Amino acid sequence: MSVDVNTVRRIASLARIAISDAEAEAMAPEFNNILGWIEQLGEVDTSDVAPMTAVIANRLRLRADVIDDGNIRDQVLANAPQAEHGFFAVPKVIE
Amino acid sequence: MTALTDLGVAALRDGVRDGDFTAREVATAFIDAVARAKALNAFLVETPDHALAAADAADKARADKALKPLSGVPIGMKDLFCTKGVETTAASAILGGFTPTYESAVSANLFAAGAGMLGKLNMDQFAMGSSNETSAFGNVISPWRRNDGGNAPLAPGGSSGGSSSAVSARLCPAATGTDTGGSIRQPAAFTGISGIKPTYGRCSRWGTIAFASSLDQAGPMARDVRDCAIMLEAMAGFDARDATSLDLPVPAWEAGLSADLRGKRVGIPREYRVDNMPAEIDALWKQGVEWLRDAGAEIVDVSLPHTRYALPAYYIIAPAEASSNLARYDGVRFGLRDLPDGAGLQDMYAATRAAGFGPEVKRRIMIGTYVLSAGFYDAYYTQAQKVRALIARDFDRAWEQCDLLLAPTAPSAAFALGEKSADPIAMYLNDVFTVPSSLAGLPAMSVPGGLDGQGLPLGLQVIGRALDEQSVLNAGLAIEQRAGFSARPAVWW
Amino acid sequence: MTDSTYRIQGATGEWEVVIGLEVHAQITSNAKLFSGAATAFGAEPNSQVSLVDAAMPGMLPVPNAECVRQAVRTGMAIEAQINAWSRFDRKNYFYADLPQGYQISQLYHPIVGEGRIEIEPAEGVHKTIGIERIHIEQDAGKLMHDQHPTSSYVDLNRSGVALMEIVSRPDMRSPAEAGAYVKKLRSILRYVGSCDGNMEQGSMRADVNVSVRRPGEEFGTRTETKNVNSVRFVMAAIEYEASRQVDVLESGGKIVQETRLFDPDRGETRSMRSKEDAHDYRYFPDPDLLPLELSEEFLADCRASLPELPDAKRARYAGELGLSAYNAAVLTADVEAARWFEALLAETGKPAEMAKAASNWVTSDLFGALNRLGRDIEDSPVSPRQGAELLGLVADGTLSGTLAKQVFEIMLETGDDPGKIVEEKGLKQTSDTGAIEAAIAGVMAANADKVAEYRGGKDKLFGFFVGQTMKAMAGKANPGVVNDLLKKALG
Ligand SMILES: [Mg+2]
Ligand SMILES: [Zn+2]
Repeated sequence: MSVDVNTVRRIASLARIAISDAEAEAMAPEFNNILGWIEQLGEVDTSDVAPMTAVIANRLRLRADVIDDGNIRDQVLANAPQAEHGFFAVPKVIE
Repeated sequence: MTALTDLGVAALRDGVRDGDFTAREVATAFIDAVARAKALNAFLVETPDHALAAADAADKARADKALKPLSGVPIGMKDLFCTKGVETTAASAILGGFTPTYESAVSANLFAAGAGMLGKLNMDQFAMGSSNETSAFGNVISPWRRNDGGNAPLAPGGSSGGSSSAVSARLCPAATGTDTGGSIRQPAAFTGISGIKPTYGRCSRWGTIAFASSLDQAGPMARDVRDCAIMLEAMAGFDARDATSLDLPVPAWEAGLSADLRGKRVGIPREYRVDNMPAEIDALWKQGVEWLRDAGAEIVDVSLPHTRYALPAYYIIAPAEASSNLARYDGVRFGLRDLPDGAGLQDMYAATRAAGFGPEVKRRIMIGTYVLSAGFYDAYYTQAQKVRALIARDFDRAWEQCDLLLAPTAPSAAFALGEKSADPIAMYLNDVFTVPSSLAGLPAMSVPGGLDGQGLPLGLQVIGRALDEQSVLNAGLAIEQRAGFSARPAVWW
Repeated sequence: MTDSTYRIQGATGEWEVVIGLEVHAQITSNAKLFSGAATAFGAEPNSQVSLVDAAMPGMLPVPNAECVRQAVRTGMAIEAQINAWSRFDRKNYFYADLPQGYQISQLYHPIVGEGRIEIEPAEGVHKTIGIERIHIEQDAGKLMHDQHPTSSYVDLNRSGVALMEIVSRPDMRSPAEAGAYVKKLRSILRYVGSCDGNMEQGSMRADVNVSVRRPGEEFGTRTETKNVNSVRFVMAAIEYEASRQVDVLESGGKIVQETRLFDPDRGETRSMRSKEDAHDYRYFPDPDLLPLELSEEFLADCRASLPELPDAKRARYAGELGLSAYNAAVLTADVEAARWFEALLAETGKPAEMAKAASNWVTSDLFGALNRLGRDIEDSPVSPRQGAELLGLVADGTLSGTLAKQVFEIMLETGDDPGKIVEEKGLKQTSDTGAIEAAIAGVMAANADKVAEYRGGKDKLFGFFVGQTMKAMAGKANPGVVNDLLKKALG
């Protein structure tokens, strides 16, 4: 499979990473190189194999429905680049 | 008298207990060593006050006869562990200035056991790398140099390169590491120290910055096997805040140490004999076999047929998980925000992430985004998780024939900085021996076996059954005793 | 009846509308789906936020058992297949109300599979709406756009609150069916106790999928109108959207599969600036969570805890209790009404005998009063015990229907027990034949002309004499006795 520059741009946009045209051009062959390498996985016959779900045999534990967290607004906002009136602030969004 | 900084975890712990020296003397000695070693760039943040406070608490605890398992031992903390009130960046610009209001489970466990913290250790950015060249805050330099007089700066391995460099340079007796595809074992091998990645789920991931959730495991790096056992006992333990944490008691690994391997069968996986393996590594591997035989183990040949597919599977699964785990770095709640003039929300995200992530992190996020994107999910991700299941099954079948596996840790000794950074795949191949056990979640350890012709350390890797860290440590101890590895880098920094 | 006759008359002929709903229902729980922060409505911004909800580095989700239990019980209530093995997936997209950069949801293996809901879009019309699945997922935070000229503000109080997404099959064919479906679903959720159904507070929101087609033809392209938050708006959005689509198609255009927004002020839908341009959510299993495996015991506990559900209750009211179809429907539509009615019956001590009278009184007098007062039945000023006492006074002849209404009005005002009111105000009805005969004699004497007319065959005047007699008795005469005695006196 071959990835073109437009695909690189689309992936960068999906991943929300701004890239210049030059970067996209440079990335395309590198991308193809890596994808070409990982595509050898296609050789493996996995027709009767279930994808791994738990690395080590373990069961999902559930939590009791108890309020034991929250009320820590100062901590929540402590590292915010922009916090105002108890909110995180972001550039205005038009919905 | 030996310098305090030449002592390991057990010796420091015992010396403080026995009154041979005070914890404050220990802390001061290491703080000085750290301060003198800026050239290695191993520390991102130094926290002498933390180390001194823990030392004073240890000295008081001794007076009160209330010493803890790590009282008097100052350690280094990989910067992937969130530390309350101490800047934590995962060596990425995107987390510049991030000061957690919380303590990671692993660091909290270590502090509760009495350890002090000398500082936060440099690493590959978001633990993505095998040479510590992806840090946003500069490369870590290995204290080791080739004996060719060339003085080329060498890679300390990665991603726990600050940890390996600091421990081997005697800046700290032990350090925390994390291992996603070999990030404890490979740097340990490159720098002539020991390191163990426990069974997935032994150490809580709570408060450890995520790279690839299904693979990430914390573990210790130290100068010998006993010190690793002591550290791991303190780091491990059930944590209800991590849904993948194993609800099992922590074994007394240090007390269980024994180099007597009679009754144990050690498998030699034939697929690990890869093309172009340096003769010295092959020779060391054979030597390791003899050492284990000498310790009483029976040696058997085993096959792990899907070994060659481990790396490509890993380079689908890890980037896929990372692409999602790293979506939270968006300039809204913490860390860097890049807001170009007139930018909207989505532009802010793209600008912030472009400015904040390094090239290798971007590369992996992009690969991960691609393999999960519409139309490719099954061909890549599902197939990789199926191959992963086959790799785990290979190990399960091997355990029918043996109790442990012995292999080299890495396919080469430390390389020079810059030597492989232009070729991502060449760099990825460094993890060829460590990745399979990571995919299967198994405990695995690297111990130093000897030096190559250039005077650089080489490591041997022991892989064990899930939850059988004890056998892994014991085999490591048997190798350690027979290898008698005592080389250390000359101080040039 | 499987096919409703709702049709849109276009310029070129008739069109049929096809509707499927995805209802997001907030699961009733104290804490959030993956953290220990509270879920209560209306708290200070970012006060009910844990480090997990804010997606701080290194934070991990641990699922809340109660949220799982409630989703399973809901599935059981709609006779759905319960998947003992399910899994959480990540839905990846970037938005300011989504701190993790992904929503933890269930795409590939939802906890609840296929089920069904019976609706009655019009009296006597029954239809089964298929449920495709119910999955558990996290709610997003809230963005506020009107607090600052150049910034939007983010409140994460809702971030991580547990939702059930209940996905119907595209089985509805009219706004009325969609309305009936939402009402019925709300009723079931409230019976089960898995969601409070409070649409104003956002506890239930519907994504409305609408397409149109020529009757009998293939499905057309659909649009999804997001987050519609009342039954009325759901119906209005469908009506608007269906006729918009017909207009587009009839003028030669094509329907674009897109996300739209309903504007309640204008009663219109409009295209939404897409949250995720490419709609490529890159779902994959959340590696922080293991598969969710439910034990037989857990499932049995869920089943055992299910209450009698609205359809069963309605059938029992109509059958066992002999209530009218209307009363049975009205009393079982909402769990609180049924609960109140059953408490009332229990208080009467004779549920079988009193059921009909009680149901009439609740559906007319009590509901009428509550409606007037703008109150829900949960905070009715009259308790079931007081209601039962009132019904008892009617049953034993102490109060006539008219007097009972008077007493009830006083109860609503004062909160007093009916016995006390009857005592204090002397509102007891009389069956004293002597007093009634005397009153009748007075009425007949004062209206000799009318007596003659009545006797001359004008039967209709009987009501007039009843009214006059009751008036003379100040409303306290037993109407049965008045009737008997009047008939006798008038001959
Ligand atoms: Mg939807
Ligand atoms: Zn949803």
